[in-house]
Amino acid sequence: MVKAIKRVYMGLVFLFLYAPIIVLIVFSFNKSKSRGQWGGFTFDWYIDLFKDRQIREALYFTILIAVISTVISTIVGTIAALGINNMSRLGRTIVLNINNLPVLNPDIVTGVALMTLFISLRIELGFITMLISHIVFSIPYVILAVLPKIRQMNKHTAEAALDLGATPAYAMRKVIIPEIMPGIISGALIAFTLSIDDFVISFFTAGTSVTNLSILIYSMAKRGVKPTINALSTLMFVVVLVLMLIINKKNDKGEDIII
Amino acid sequence: MSKPLIELRNLTKRYNNTTAVDGINLTIKENEFVTLLGPSGCGKTTTLRMIGGFEDPDEGEILFEGKLLNNVPAYKRNVNTVFQRYALFTHMNVYENVAFGLRVKKIPNSEIDRRVKKMLKMVDLEGFENRNVDSLSGGQQQRVAIARALVNEPKVLLLDEPLGALDLKLRKEMQIELLDMQRSLGITFIYVTHDQEEALTMSDTVVVMNKGVIQQVGTPEDIYNEPINRFVAGFIGESNIIEGVMLEDYKVSFDGMVFDCVDKGFAPNEPVDIVIRPEDIRIVVNPEEGMIKGRVTSVVFKGVHYEMIIESDTREYLVQRTKMFPEGSIVGMNVQPADIQVMKRGSTPCNEEEG
Ligand SMILES: Nc1ncnc2c1ncn2[C@@H]1O[C@H](COP(=O)(O)OP(=O)(O)OP(=O)(O)O)[C@@H](O)[C@H]1O
Ligand SMILES: [Mg+2]
Repeated sequence: MVKAIKRVYMGLVFLFLYAPIIVLIVFSFNKSKSRGQWGGFTFDWYIDLFKDRQIREALYFTILIAVISTVISTIVGTIAALGINNMSRLGRTIVLNINNLPVLNPDIVTGVALMTLFISLRIELGFITMLISHIVFSIPYVILAVLPKIRQMNKHTAEAALDLGATPAYAMRKVIIPEIMPGIISGALIAFTLSIDDFVISFFTAGTSVTNLSILIYSMAKRGVKPTINALSTLMFVVVLVLMLIINKKNDKGEDIII
Repeated sequence: MSKPLIELRNLTKRYNNTTAVDGINLTIKENEFVTLLGPSGCGKTTTLRMIGGFEDPDEGEILFEGKLLNNVPAYKRNVNTVFQRYALFTHMNVYENVAFGLRVKKIPNSEIDRRVKKMLKMVDLEGFENRNVDSLSGGQQQRVAIARALVNEPKVLLLDEPLGALDLKLRKEMQIELLDMQRSLGITFIYVTHDQEEALTMSDTVVVMNKGVIQQVGTPEDIYNEPINRFVAGFIGESNIIEGVMLEDYKVSFDGMVFDCVDKGFAPNEPVDIVIRPEDIRIVVNPEEGMIKGRVTSVVFKGVHYEMIIESDTREYLVQRTKMFPEGSIVGMNVQPADIQVMKRGSTPCNEEEG
């Protein structure tokens, strides 16, 4: 009896959480333009998406920024994690707390702060500022993903490589990086997901010359919801969902990351 | 016979306010099996790490074949290490772990294959080539670590408590295997342990350390039979350590009696410490026939012998004999002059300010 109530309760919570998304997905396949009624099944809105030049351009920027910011933030974050690991305990605690601050900071504060910074430095808002912003907000997450993997590694592993004749550079390439690779991949996946997912920070740092998908959806929605928005949102949801599943799958295998 | 291979001169290492290694001098010969033995924190690992190149000495020199090694980085030293917790490369299989050192040296694949296979055979891991190192037992990981070091044919192998994580039976087996390998390959072993039995059974030379200072260097027999001071005597095996006075050469007095002994070179009436091993005390039934008279206060059966505590007028003696004397009986005890080991008092080469 109690069990049944628990199940119903859980079901209701999930229904409440996912109802909007389910409605969104269903209506992205709705033939009728009006939102109130079902006019039959169609793929038209998805086809329309790829005919729209504006959307294609936004998709291009979204992916370009996600790829570049992932690569750069993963490299910078990994190097930072290796450095933090070699610090004294006090230094490590201080740096990690500083690192966690932007993670906990509301996006809107980060977005406004970055925008203010760029403007005060007289850097014109555009592709570069948006890219820099994405790199900046991804780095702390990469550090959080890579650091546990470094700490898990036997502290004599690097020494063992040197002992066997490897130069420090060779040991880094052939031993340390491969040993912590699961953490690096997790970090990269998180960075990529966050970049695709982000609206608030992009909105404040993109200026008027570039538009990514989330900004585009926002501006389209302001002009009234078209079914193409449903289709576009559905696609973004699916991409992010798949990425999250991959990240969680990695976690299940015991390659733990904290997020 | 064999040449000096490694020389440590006044080697010192300090951490903040502890002196981990305090001015040690040691010469290690080619093909020697040297064991650093001592209690936890006495500086064994630190000494080994300085030889391996992972720790810079604050003072002193390390010479390898007569050449200064201090400023040679770890990866250029012709020594290999078996780390305490193995430190295997978990992203590589067994074969690649063992092949690592050879790949670094860009040795042709065919030769790598030959040497890795030979090495795996030697450590009894044939057929494990493709196994993930995480899937191996502790003993098997240990063998991979040894193979990974030995495949490079180093002049010197450093081993930091390599058998510490294994159970007793496996430990004994691995001790024999390690000794066999050392003999057949002709490699110098510098071995760290805090297990005195392991040190005595395996080594050519035992180096007993305490608080960063070498107490005694010698063959296992020397160390056991002629400990130089109280610390060594107490650390190596069980023993009776007795305070006494050296009356003159070959005459020592303790427990109110004068005994013949084989030691000389002390000042007249110099206070000394005396070691008598429990198995060197003979018991006679008639108390009048013994040099020391005593009462048996405790008897414990230990398998190979009985361990008895016998109380004389002034102190207790630990005695091990195969024949049992019942508790409460009054007996006599005799000791051969050669079994009385006289040691200089206060000769503990220890940092007094730390005591
Ligand atoms: N990295 C370090 N920083 C500070 N102190 C250290 C460091 N490494 C060792 N020490 C100190 O130096 C002393 C000697 O340590 P060492 O590891 O050489 O001992 P050990 O003989 O190997 O002991 P064990 O048998 O427990 O391994 C100890 O007091 C230890 O606390
Ligand atoms: Mg140690």
